[in-house]
Amino acid sequence: MTAPETLPDPLDTAALDAAVATALADVAAARDLDDLRSARTRHTGDRSVLALANRAIGGLPGPDKATAGKNLGPRRGQIARALAARQVELEAERDARVLVEETVDVTLPTDRSPLGARHPIELVQERVADFFVGLGWEIADGPEVEAEWFNFDALNFGPDHPARQMQDTFYAQDPDGKPNNLVLRTHTSPVQARSLLERGVPLYIACPGKVFRTDALDATHTPVFHQVEGLAVDKGLTMANLVGTLDAFARAMFGPEARTRLRPSFFPFTEPSAEMDLWFPQKKGGAGWIEWGGCGMVHPNVLRAAGVDPEEYSGFAFGMGIERTLMLRHSIADMHDIVEGDVRFSLQFGTEI
Amino acid sequence: MPRIVADWLADHVDLPADLTTEQLAADLVRVGLEEEEIHPAAVSGPLVVGRVLELTAEPQKNGKTINWCRVDVGPEHNDADGARGVVCGAHNFDVGDLVVVSLPGTVLPGGFEIAARKTYGHVSDGMICSVRELGIGEDHDGILVLTRAGFDAASLAPGQDAIALLGLGDEVLEINVTPDRGYAFSYRGVAREFAHSTGAAFTDRGLPESLPTPPPGPTADGFAVEVDDAAPIDGRVGCDRFVTRVVRGVDPSATTPPWMKRRLEGSGMRSISLAVDVTNYVMLDLGQPLHAYDLDQVAAPIVVRRAVAGERLTTLDDVDRTLDGEDLLITDSPAGERGARVLGIAGVMGGASSEVSATTTDVLVEAAHFDQITVARSARRHRLPSEAAKRFERGVDPRLPAVAAQRVVDLLVELGGGTADPAVSDLDTTVAPAAIELDVTLPSRTAGVPYTPDQVNGILSQIGCTIAEGVAGYVLVTPPTWRPDLTEPATLVEEVVRIAGYDQIPSVLPAAAGGRGLSPEQRTRRSVARALADAGLVEVLSYPFVSEADLDALGLPPDDARRTALRLANPLAEDKPLMRTNLLVTLLETARRNVSRGLGDVSVFEIGLVTRPAVDAPAAPQLPVGVRPAPDELSMLAEAVPDQPRRVAGVLAGAAAPAGWWGPGRSVDWADALEAARLVATTAGVELTVSNDRDHLPWHPGRCARLEIGTGEARRTVGHAGELHPQVVERLGLPARTAAFEVDLSAMVAAANGEPVVAAPVSAFPAAKEDFAFVVDASTPAADVRAAIVAGAGELLEDVALFDVFTGEQVGEGKKSLAYSLRLRAADRTLSADEVRAVRDGVVEAASERIGAVLRG
Repeated sequence: MTAPETLPDPLDTAALDAAVATALADVAAARDLDDLRSARTRHTGDRSVLALANRAIGGLPGPDKATAGKNLGPRRGQIARALAARQVELEAERDARVLVEETVDVTLPTDRSPLGARHPIELVQERVADFFVGLGWEIADGPEVEAEWFNFDALNFGPDHPARQMQDTFYAQDPDGKPNNLVLRTHTSPVQARSLLERGVPLYIACPGKVFRTDALDATHTPVFHQVEGLAVDKGLTMANLVGTLDAFARAMFGPEARTRLRPSFFPFTEPSAEMDLWFPQKKGGAGWIEWGGCGMVHPNVLRAAGVDPEEYSGFAFGMGIERTLMLRHSIADMHDIVEGDVRFSLQFGTEI
Repeated sequence: MPRIVADWLADHVDLPADLTTEQLAADLVRVGLEEEEIHPAAVSGPLVVGRVLELTAEPQKNGKTINWCRVDVGPEHNDADGARGVVCGAHNFDVGDLVVVSLPGTVLPGGFEIAARKTYGHVSDGMICSVRELGIGEDHDGILVLTRAGFDAASLAPGQDAIALLGLGDEVLEINVTPDRGYAFSYRGVAREFAHSTGAAFTDRGLPESLPTPPPGPTADGFAVEVDDAAPIDGRVGCDRFVTRVVRGVDPSATTPPWMKRRLEGSGMRSISLAVDVTNYVMLDLGQPLHAYDLDQVAAPIVVRRAVAGERLTTLDDVDRTLDGEDLLITDSPAGERGARVLGIAGVMGGASSEVSATTTDVLVEAAHFDQITVARSARRHRLPSEAAKRFERGVDPRLPAVAAQRVVDLLVELGGGTADPAVSDLDTTVAPAAIELDVTLPSRTAGVPYTPDQVNGILSQIGCTIAEGVAGYVLVTPPTWRPDLTEPATLVEEVVRIAGYDQIPSVLPAAAGGRGLSPEQRTRRSVARALADAGLVEVLSYPFVSEADLDALGLPPDDARRTALRLANPLAEDKPLMRTNLLVTLLETARRNVSRGLGDVSVFEIGLVTRPAVDAPAAPQLPVGVRPAPDELSMLAEAVPDQPRRVAGVLAGAAAPAGWWGPGRSVDWADALEAARLVATTAGVELTVSNDRDHLPWHPGRCARLEIGTGEARRTVGHAGELHPQVVERLGLPARTAAFEVDLSAMVAAANGEPVVAAPVSAFPAAKEDFAFVVDASTPAADVRAAIVAGAGELLEDVALFDVFTGEQVGEGKKSLAYSLRLRAADRTLSADEVRAVRDGVVEAASERIGAVLRG
C-alpha cells in the first residue's frame, strides 16, 4: 500500500452531493454498456468517492458514525438506482440495435427442400373415393390383367356379342402363343362382378382404376386410362336412385350448378342403359351438356352370374372416365401431358386438388 | 353407321316441313339414336347446269389439245354475249351437251375453290365438272354429261341450280346405332324411332300389306334352294329363311335414276350398277340385306351349307380367302354336283363369279335370314364388316325377305325394263317370337316413376309388341319380329322407360348402409404417396408395356424371374409386347424423358401394379353368361389371373438438395434411394432389415440394399434400393450416380401389424447421455454395430444415433471408427452414476464380444 491517503469526509455533505451529481451526470452520459460499466467502476468501485468516504466512517468518533452512515446510505442507493435504470435502457437499446443489424432479405428464395407432387389422375381418383366414402360406400380394387369371364361374360357380354368386338381389347397369350383367355381389363366393370361374388349384397361400391383399350395415343385418346365404376345393389333400388347419385356426384366434382341428364343407350350389363351428360357451367364457349359416362340398371344376368336373385335385388351401375373429368376440371387440352410423366405437369397440382 | 337423307326418311314418317338436321338429331337422340356427325353439304356456291354452245379444239405446244368452250349458263350468269368462256381439257362432250359448270365462287368437295384464271391464252371463267370433281364418282377423265347420266333434257335448263339437282347440298345426319338395335340400320327403323320420339305418323313399309300387291307365295317352279347345315352353332340352323325371285330381260344398259343415286350417295353408298344399286337401296330402306345374281351363272339347286375346311373363295373385294368349317356358305350345283361351287359367305360377302355384270339380263334375287352368331363370327374371322354383316349380326326382321325381294323385283321392272318371273321360292323355318311374361309394375319399380298399366301396355304396343292378359298383374308381351333383342322383362322395361322419357325420372339419393371407409391398403397407398411427395418426389404414371430390349437394358440375366412376363397377342407397338414385371423398367424411361427435356434434377415415383405370371399358368376357364361359377370354377379363374402386386418405385438423379445462396447443394447418392424406401416402409408400418445385395441388377453391386421384412420363416425380400449400376445408367442416358428403389407395397401392407399401438408411458425423469466411438473392421456393417450396442445397453436405452464414421491412419488400415450417441432413461427414477456406468460397461462388452469392436481411447 502507498502512504495513507486522505479519505473524503463523510460528514461533508456538500462534497458528497457533488460526488453524487458527478456520478448521476456520468450515468446519464453513458452511451453504451461499456461506458456504463466504467461509470459504475468510477462511482461505486472501491476507489469511488462514496466508497472511500464509507471507508472513512471507521475512523470517526461514535456519534459521527451514525450521521456519516445516514449521509452515505441514501446517496449510494441513489447512484445504484440510476445505474440500474440506465443499464435497462442501454440493454434495450443494444437489443434493438442487434435486431436491426441482423436484418436479412426475406425475399431470398428458401426452397432448400422443395416439395414434390402427386399425379392429378391419382388425386382425382382419391377425391372420387372420398365422395363415395362420404355416402357410406366402400372402395373396391381389382386386377388389371383380368380373366375374360370377369371382363365380359360375367357382365353379359357373350363371346359373340357385337359389343365385345367394339371394346378394342388387348388380349394376352401364353408363352406358346395360344390364347389364355386373359385380357387387359377394358373397363373397371369386372370389379362389379368380383365384388358381388366376394362381398355379396347389399353392396355399395365405387371402383376407380386403370383400364386399357387398343387406341393409339393422341390429344384425346390413350391406350391406358382410368375410370371410376359405381355399383349399388340392394332391395328396391330404382333409376331415380341412379339419377340422385349421379347428380350428387356431379355437384361434388364440378360445383353446385352441375347436374346430369340421361339418354337411352345400350350396354350389355345394364338394362335399361343410358349415356350420361353433364351440365358443365365452365364449358368453353358457354355452359352446356357434355358426355360424361355410361350407366344403367344392373342387368339380371349380371346379378345371376354373381348368384344374386334379380327377383329380390335390383341395382344400378355407372362409369366415367377420370381423364375426361380431369381435363374438364382443369382445362387440360392434350392427353400427352397426362401420360408422359413430365414432372412439370404434376408439379402444377401439388399434393391436393 | 347409318346416314339419314331427310327426304328418304319422309317416305316412312311425316316430317315437319321446317325440320333442321340439328332438330332431327335432337329428336332421335331422345330415343337413343345418338348423333355421330352432321356431314355438311359437299358443294356450295354457283354450281349450275350449262349448255355447250361452241367448242374449239386448240392444240398446244406441250402436245395436249384443250377445248375453248362457250357455255350458256343461264341469263343470270351469262356475260353480255349470252355465254361464258371456259377452258376444258376433257374431250367426251360436244356442242349441245348439258353439263355442270362450277362458276367462280363455287367450293367443290375437298375445299377446292373455283376462281377465274388465265390459262392457255384465255380467261377460263369457271370449270366444266367431272363426276370425280363433284365427289359423286371415281371417273375423272370424263365430263358429267347430264343426259347420259339419266337426266331428262326436257327437265334441264341452263342456269339451273345443279347442287339441288345432284343432291350435293344435302346436309346429312349420321347416327350411331347401338348393337341391340339392328332394325335401326334402315330408314324403316329410324322412321319408327322418330315417330316414337315426336308422335309423327309412321307407315311401316316393311309389312306385306304396305306393298301395292302382296308378295306371292312360293311356286313349284321356284329356284331350288336347300339348307343343309351339318354344324349349327349352339343348335341354331344357320339359315331359316331363303326367298328367291327372278326378273328376266333387264336392260343391261339401264342406269340408276338420279334420285336413287342421290339418295344412295347421301347415305354414304357408291352407285355401282342398276341391279346392285336397287338391292342396296332396298337394304338401306328396309334393313334387309339382298343379293343379285346373274341367273345364267347360278346352277340349281342353291345349297346353304357350312364350309369344308380348306375350301376357298375369292370375294367381291378380290381377296382369295380360305374358309373355315364354321363359315356358312351359299353354294350352287354346276354340272349336277350338289353344292360344289361357293357363291358367297352367307350374310357377309358374295363371290365374284356369280355377280351381276354389264351383260346380265336375267337376275336372281336372294333375300334370306341368317343366324346372328354365324354371321358375326364369319365377319370377324375374315375381317369383313360388310353392310350385310353389320345388319345380320345385330338381327334382321325374319319377316322382311319376301317384302324386300318384292321391292327389288318392282324396281328392276320399273327401272330396268325387266319382267317379273312368276317362279318364287321361299324356304321358311322361322319361329315366331316367344311371349314374355311381364309384371306390369316392374317398369315403375325399376325406374322409380309411377307408370299406369295402360301406359305400359300402350308403349309396348306402340313399339310393335302384341299384348295379351296374363295371370293377375301380369301381361303376356310378344315382341315384334324386328326386335330379337327383346328377350326378358328387363328389356321391355327399358322400352317403357325410354319411350316415356328418361327425363321423367326423379333424382333421389339412396341411403347406403354405411361403410367401413377406406381399406388399410387404400389408406397406406395414400399415405405413402403423400409422404414421398412431401419428401420432394414427384408422382408420375407410365405405360406398362415393355420389350425384351427394355429388360436387357436393365442388365437382367437370362434366368431372372423378372423376365417371366405376360405377353400380349395384339400389342399396340409390336416392339413392346410384354407387361412390365417391375416398375423401374418403365419409370426409368420416364426419368430419362425428363432428363432429356432439360430437367436433370429429377426425383420421380410411381405406385402401380406389375404382372408376375406363374411359369406354367393355366389358361382361364371359359364360362357361360348369366350363371354363377361353381367354387372350383372360381378357383380356376383365380389361379389363371396372374399375381399383380402393387409396387412403389422411385428414381432420383442430379441434386438431392439444391445449391443456393445458403451454400452448395448435395448430389443424389445411394442413401437417398434407401431413405425413400425406408420412408415407404415406415409409412406402411413395417420394419425393414437392410443388407448388402451384391447381385441384383440394375443396381450397383457395392451400393445395393436388399430390403427384407419379417423374421425367421416369415422373412422375405420386399425390394431393393441404392445406386444404379454405372453401365445401366450409361445405357439409359441418365445422370451419373442415379439412384432408385422399388418395393412391394402389397407385401408390406399384408405384413403390417394392423393392431393398435400399445402406448408406452412417457418418462419425465432426466436422461443420461453417453457417447462411444468403436473401432471395427471396415467390412463390419453399421447395422451390426448398432445391434450390439442395443443388446448391450438393455432396457434403459431410449435412443441411439450414429453421429460419425471415420477412417484414417489414426484407426489403422482396414478399420473404421463409428461414433454413437446414446440417451438413457428410466421410467421411474433418476439414473445413478453407477447405473449409467453399468450400461456403459455392458455396451462395451457386447460390442467387443459380438463384433470385436474396440472402444476408441
